[in-house]
Amino acid sequence: MITRREILQVGAATAALASLPGSLGLGPLGRAFAQQRLTEAELLAFEPLGNVTLLHVADVHGQLVPVHFREPSVNLGVGDAKGQPPHLTGKAFLERFGIPEKTAAAYALTADDFEALAKSYGRIGGLDRLATAVKSVRAARGDDKVLMLDGGDTWQGSLGANRTRGQDMVDCFKLLKPDAMTGHWEFTYGEARVKELVDQLGFPFLALNVRDTEWNEPVFAPYKMFEKGGVKVAVLGQAFPYTPVANPRWMMPKWSFGIREEEVRATVAKARAEGAQLVVLLSHNGFDVDRKLASRVAGIDVILTGHTHDALPVAVAVGKTLLVASGSHGKFLSRLDLDVRNGAVQGFRYKLIPLFADAIRPDPEMRAAIEKARAPFAGELARVVGHSESLLYRRGNFNGTFDDLICDALMAERDAEIALSPGFRWGTSVLPGAPITVEDIHNATAITYPQVYRMKMTGERLKEILEDVADNLFNPDPYYQQGGDMVRCGGLGYAIDVSQPIGRRIQRMTHLKSGKAIEPGTEYVVAGWASVNEGTEGPPVWELVERHVAAQKTVRLQLNSTVTVTGL
Amino acid sequence: MCLAARERFGKEIEDMRFNRRQAMAIGIGGLAGASLLGVSGPALADKKEADEAIAKFTGGKTPIMGKVKLELPEIAENGNTVPIAITVESPMTAASHVTEVLVLADGNPRPGVASFRFSPASGVAEASTRIRLAATQNIVAIAKMNDGSVFMDSKQVKVTIGGCGG
Repeated sequence: MITRREILQVGAATAALASLPGSLGLGPLGRAFAQQRLTEAELLAFEPLGNVTLLHVADVHGQLVPVHFREPSVNLGVGDAKGQPPHLTGKAFLERFGIPEKTAAAYALTADDFEALAKSYGRIGGLDRLATAVKSVRAARGDDKVLMLDGGDTWQGSLGANRTRGQDMVDCFKLLKPDAMTGHWEFTYGEARVKELVDQLGFPFLALNVRDTEWNEPVFAPYKMFEKGGVKVAVLGQAFPYTPVANPRWMMPKWSFGIREEEVRATVAKARAEGAQLVVLLSHNGFDVDRKLASRVAGIDVILTGHTHDALPVAVAVGKTLLVASGSHGKFLSRLDLDVRNGAVQGFRYKLIPLFADAIRPDPEMRAAIEKARAPFAGELARVVGHSESLLYRRGNFNGTFDDLICDALMAERDAEIALSPGFRWGTSVLPGAPITVEDIHNATAITYPQVYRMKMTGERLKEILEDVADNLFNPDPYYQQGGDMVRCGGLGYAIDVSQPIGRRIQRMTHLKSGKAIEPGTEYVVAGWASVNEGTEGPPVWELVERHVAAQKTVRLQLNSTVTVTGL
Repeated sequence: MCLAARERFGKEIEDMRFNRRQAMAIGIGGLAGASLLGVSGPALADKKEADEAIAKFTGGKTPIMGKVKLELPEIAENGNTVPIAITVESPMTAASHVTEVLVLADGNPRPGVASFRFSPASGVAEASTRIRLAATQNIVAIAKMNDGSVFMDSKQVKVTIGGCGG
């Protein structure tokens, strides 16, 4: 999708190129220029406050090494969330938080000028940089005051994570010595594998909202009490509530999830009764769900949010609850210092630390572990399949160029007139002019149910699918949202009025090949992947994308104007 | 994507097995909005039947929101077996207690789901079971007290195609 506003922004980005050192052909000089103001000391600088420090990372999605990840240019909020953080993008985001354009922070947090700024500021993240930051905070602050918490979606999202069924991530994350984690995509390795890995962690996997389907008994510890800085801290875990809906239920058939607000309330009360002076919810609900939860459940001091991949440079207060959003793909580490006295938070200081890979030194111990984890696949990961002349990215409510590429591949390789590709929020970006490697393709496709199906669907059925997914995203009640983006379509255009209820959002569905309207009773050949049904058969999606890219040699993607959005 | 849709509509399926469990799942799901007791949405034929069942149960009284707490998932993991728990606030004494709770699902082919009878000997007015939901709809629980007063709670449960999350 591209709106007129975006076209204007594209123009602005082009004009800005001239003033950016990285784009003047200065090469390494340009990089150095940008980095003069970007030092590890400055990135980690923090004036400590109070007696407890929370460190939070979430949605790393299998990324061991630094990445390019373009934040969304379209991230619409509906209902009470309309125009509220995190539903701000581009200039509106920068203005809201007082961030100057074209700065390192602007590059890390927004999509504007991404290609040009990526050349100046380079990659962000990598667990070795994260380890340096975590160790540094622990050393300066004192281990006895620091809690390090992982919000989940850690074990999935890359070739290595998928091949080792999460083992590479568990091995490396162990070195960070987190105090607890929760999860979502972790569950797509199946119940047995999840239990096996949880046993290896050496720290608890917390999930108060997961019960066995037979006796309704807790599957994981719901919370854990810690003592930090003389304060009794309760950390409650909340796994992604809609795991068996958004992902294949047959992979976790004996586990039931849900928001379980009553259970959250009861667990908070129990922790308080046990003397907790600080209650932290380590959540994979998604930001809007957590905002609603905070307004309805009393007694939670901090919600460390996850799932919706939002990166916010401030902690958002909802009543007495602070919401932290730490971004995704290992780009950021959140640090929240709290002054807890007399059983209440008296003050706080927050920093979202962008882990610029060129500025922060890699931790040698973690670097060695990462190299070891990647070694078995090193040749494969680095293999160049083709090149891209366009920026490839996924994140955004409606379409991403990486999805356009995947849809093209599905249609070409499976001889389909329409392609459907899930609106996952994970997947790294590839810069224009860069090679497309096997690693890049798997970063956008590495799941445990990758089969590409081919089937006939009526126009009526396609409409129902689009309506259903749109309601997962745009239902004004966050408790009915599942947190993904809109399903991506190839060969199919449509208009969407996000302000309408289910059944009335999708209009003017068009069969792009013929330019004709999609007819409810007509059947169309559709290819898609990530079916939640057991027994889906077909080649894995990465194979088709690889074949398609190899055949293209150089990928060029046109502006996608097939989705028209109204009701903003 | 991300389909359970074919379970409901599947005609020609290539590269996929279609097992009996999936075949049985045809008809589950669906996107019907529902309307009951003033909750807005497209009207269903069952609304009348549901309204009649309520009127019969309450003796024509309009139930008051409150005292009843309905616990249901916002989105069903499996429409065939949705856990439901009902709690009614009451001292459950001879002088003041719940006598009966009626549960209705206005989008099911037959809206009547369950009814539970209580007495002071019950101690607490709580019940839980699993219900089947054919589509997205409102579930309503109405409690009748020994003095004839009626209270209710209602909640929408979404039955979705699934897939595409995060």
